[in-house]
Amino acid sequence: MGWKRKDLLGMQDLETTEITDVLDTAVSMKEIASREIKKVPTLRGKTVVNLFYEASTRTRTSFEIAGKWLSADVINFSASGSSAEKGESLLDTAKNIEAMSPDVVVVRHKAAGAPGLLARNLRCGVVNAGDGLHEHPTQALLDLMTIREKKGHLEGLNVTIVGDITHSRVARSNIHGMRKMGITVTVAGPPTLIPPQCQELGVKVSHRLEEAIAHADVIMMLRLQHERMQGGFIPSIREYSRVWGLTLTRLQHCRPDVLIMHPGPVNRGVELSPEVADSRYSVILDQVSNGVAVRMAVLYLLAGSKGA
Amino acid sequence: MSGTGVSAREKAQVLDETGLDRALTRIAHEIVEQAGGGEDVVLVGIKTRGVTLAERISVKISTIEGTKPSVGALDITLYRDDLRLKAEQPVVRSTEIPFPIKGRTVVLVDDVLFTGRTIRAAMDALMDLGRPRIIRLAVLVDRGHRELPIRPDYIGKNLPTSRRETVAVLLREHDGVDRVVIQED
Repeated sequence: MGWKRKDLLGMQDLETTEITDVLDTAVSMKEIASREIKKVPTLRGKTVVNLFYEASTRTRTSFEIAGKWLSADVINFSASGSSAEKGESLLDTAKNIEAMSPDVVVVRHKAAGAPGLLARNLRCGVVNAGDGLHEHPTQALLDLMTIREKKGHLEGLNVTIVGDITHSRVARSNIHGMRKMGITVTVAGPPTLIPPQCQELGVKVSHRLEEAIAHADVIMMLRLQHERMQGGFIPSIREYSRVWGLTLTRLQHCRPDVLIMHPGPVNRGVELSPEVADSRYSVILDQVSNGVAVRMAVLYLLAGSKGA
Repeated sequence: MSGTGVSAREKAQVLDETGLDRALTRIAHEIVEQAGGGEDVVLVGIKTRGVTLAERISVKISTIEGTKPSVGALDITLYRDDLRLKAEQPVVRSTEIPFPIKGRTVVLVDDVLFTGRTIRAAMDALMDLGRPRIIRLAVLVDRGHRELPIRPDYIGKNLPTSRRETVAVLLREHDGVDRVVIQED
């Protein structure tokens, strides 16, 4: 074990051994969730600030629970109704928060690189909880944890990511993480939603759903991100759902032990039929549980680094 | 506390295989005697070598009493009091205690008792998992230098040491050999 980073900004700069360290620590943390008293004193007296400039329920709550189970004080700071609306810059807000001596700042921002900017300017640890179209590393880590938990290993697996790759920081973080762990990644979706330089990340590209999922050990369905699309990417949601939606009929041609994942929130009836979302193949709720364990691991590792 | 660093120089052997086994047999007998039978007793080893010792003591109790006490494994990393003093965070291992400890007699098992801080952490960890009726402490080696008011109930070997020395407990399952040695850096 040798975690030395002050910040967790993305999967792109993590070493394979660091990813394994986080996953192993998260497995140990998961036991705490099964206890009657879900609290350990590890981060007593430490302060975690959730600084969210973009809407989020799952991720923010997950970080909040993770911090609280480790006995840290967790403060939520959301952009709406705050100084950001009054014209304060990101850096000024962060400097003000730093003056209150937090140990870790968890940040989500619509601009790619915002967490990196904070990391360079703050003494405390910074966790990227999603920045623009760039990265969402804790999501990739919880996905890897879920796959390893269900399959027993990562190396040699085939994972297919389906949907809006272009607008997905989850896909980008997962591609980096999975490639490092020896997973073969295929991305599938309409050509308008797959970045043209995609192959440079070491993934296969497919424009036919049936072909892309036939041999997959894991199918990761992405949400259609209406809010990030400025029109013209797909003819209509109904058309997209008919061509790219995962249904039980389409699953029949897949491996019998295939796992269905989704980073949430699910648009039932668009990318996933309700029957698939609730089927025995679906590990969507395991992903949510593992999300807390992964964030506990990340907070533990960062709070102990030199910077904190 | 069982620093087995290769740089350390071995000064003396304290227990050989027979001596180590005999010490564990005696601890097993004492546990049974004090508990008036082994039925109510569960053993919880502190990772890593404490767990191995707890398993061995449990087997010995089963040959005396006929029933084998449950053995759990406790990782105390999340309860340490020195997290801030270390350069990097220690590895968190899993706690595996798949039985209720509420109302039971829990015997904590560790290889070396030194400052007592590990045991303090272990007791806090146990209390978060339930309310045992009694917690007792069994250690293979008590090397002195306590920093907290903690005293073991079962001791394999009392071993006065200097602070510069380290006590290494080597066990077959981890080190291929059963012996206890004193080392000096």
